[in-house]
Amino acid sequence: MSARGRLLRIWLPPAVATVAIFGGWELVLAVARPDGFVLPPPSKIAGAAVSNGDALLTATRVTGFIVVTGLLAGVIVGVVIALAVTAFRSANETLTPLAVAVNAVPIIALAPIFNAWFGILSPRSNQAVVVVLVFFPIFINTARGLAQVEPSQIELMESYGAGKWRIMREVRIPNAMPFFFTALKLSTSLAVIAAIVAEYFGGRQDALGNLITNSAGLTRYDDAWSAVLAGSLVGVMLYSLAVLAERIIMPWYFVARRQT
Amino acid sequence: MSSADTGAAPAPAAVEIRGAHKTFNAGRPNETQALENIDLDIGQGDFVTLIGPSGCGKSTLLRLMAALTDVSQGTVAVNGKTADRARLDRDYSMVFQRAGLFDWRNVSRNIELPLELMGWKAADRRRRSAEMLELVHLTEFARHHPAELSGGMQQRVAIARAMSFHPRLLLMDEPFGALDEMTREHMQNELLRIWSETKITVVFVTHSIPEAVFLSTRVVVMSSRPGRIVAEIDNDIGERNESIRDDPAFFANVTAVRNALREGA
Repeated sequence: MSARGRLLRIWLPPAVATVAIFGGWELVLAVARPDGFVLPPPSKIAGAAVSNGDALLTATRVTGFIVVTGLLAGVIVGVVIALAVTAFRSANETLTPLAVAVNAVPIIALAPIFNAWFGILSPRSNQAVVVVLVFFPIFINTARGLAQVEPSQIELMESYGAGKWRIMREVRIPNAMPFFFTALKLSTSLAVIAAIVAEYFGGRQDALGNLITNSAGLTRYDDAWSAVLAGSLVGVMLYSLAVLAERIIMPWYFVARRQT
Repeated sequence: MSSADTGAAPAPAAVEIRGAHKTFNAGRPNETQALENIDLDIGQGDFVTLIGPSGCGKSTLLRLMAALTDVSQGTVAVNGKTADRARLDRDYSMVFQRAGLFDWRNVSRNIELPLELMGWKAADRRRRSAEMLELVHLTEFARHHPAELSGGMQQRVAIARAMSFHPRLLLMDEPFGALDEMTREHMQNELLRIWSETKITVVFVTHSIPEAVFLSTRVVVMSSRPGRIVAEIDNDIGERNESIRDDPAFFANVTAVRNALREGA
């Protein structure tokens, strides 16, 4: 297939789907004409996004920053715990139950408490919610990938006289990569959800969460919807970045799939 | 119990096992006696197969030689040293039933892995890897990834990896057990070619009688629960080639091994 043909094959289906969804949405509303607060048509949402552009852009930037920083911190915490739990039995016995307990807490319920800790207007509390929500899937999946190694590969490394850390580097960490990236991709949308919901309770007043609650409170549903879509755009961009990173960091993983 | 090939050789025996016992979960309700009173001598350049029913401890015996598990009683010496010293000196190399190649390394870099662990320079590793690929006839696949190779080719890469640093002893745990019959016979021929070209000592675990008789200079027959050596059959059937598989001498030794297995059971 030519390069152009391949490009067309990759981009055409999602493009068609996007046009179909928004076109259908527009068309159904044009025919059914429900009240504006039920669901505004995409054209009105787009109009609101343009007229409210400055506030929307600021809000997306503020929330995007919280999502990205919270996600990165959550990934680091999750990966560090996974490595510690794999390397040291004592860490496994102490950290694993702790992580499970932290994960069992209804995290959104923590948002008001975090506000008390970090200050009601501080983005720190929102970042904390993102970190707490994200670290667990990263930890659990990465730890499984580090542990679920073919036993003969470990014996092979031992037969070459390799120590624990060499085995970690040469076998366990590469083996955990696909597990890690699966968790990372899930975490991108989790992080957006966590940030926006946390913003309902506090944090900066110019963030997406506040823009949504305030607009809805003033019955400006077009604005609320434009903020919701901006949030999902952040999620899609982060997801795409994770997919790109996966392709760059472990090209070998896609070799096997190409065969079938 | 008889033992062959001991005595006059000036170099230390490749493997010398005396009175070895191996008990798993000692003192616990699920205690199992895996190996009992094993004496075994393997000379330099020998090709010895260990054969027996599943659970007879033949893989455990191989792991004792590799120092991947310890004897409960008795001694295991490899090239005149303790098995663990031999492991740290990289005197031996192992090949498992599963090729166990690393998906994240291409074929050439899989072969280089032990050399990397030993601190070889990149240029030397490249050169040795190319030699090894020539030995197993896979030169044109150097840059392929393991997932792109067939099972037999993967196992040939595993053998190349195992031999990359020229160990004196090759320990093979049912290396062809997962291959189809045609590939298996081809791999047996390849292994014998490599063995005669390199003069390496091979200890080979299998549960296939024809495989044991075709490959080895001596067949060690084991019985199960607890694992003991019930017979050692010298297997001097002459030059190995495809016609030997239909030779009366070959069948005579297949029968001898089969009878020994029956008696041990």
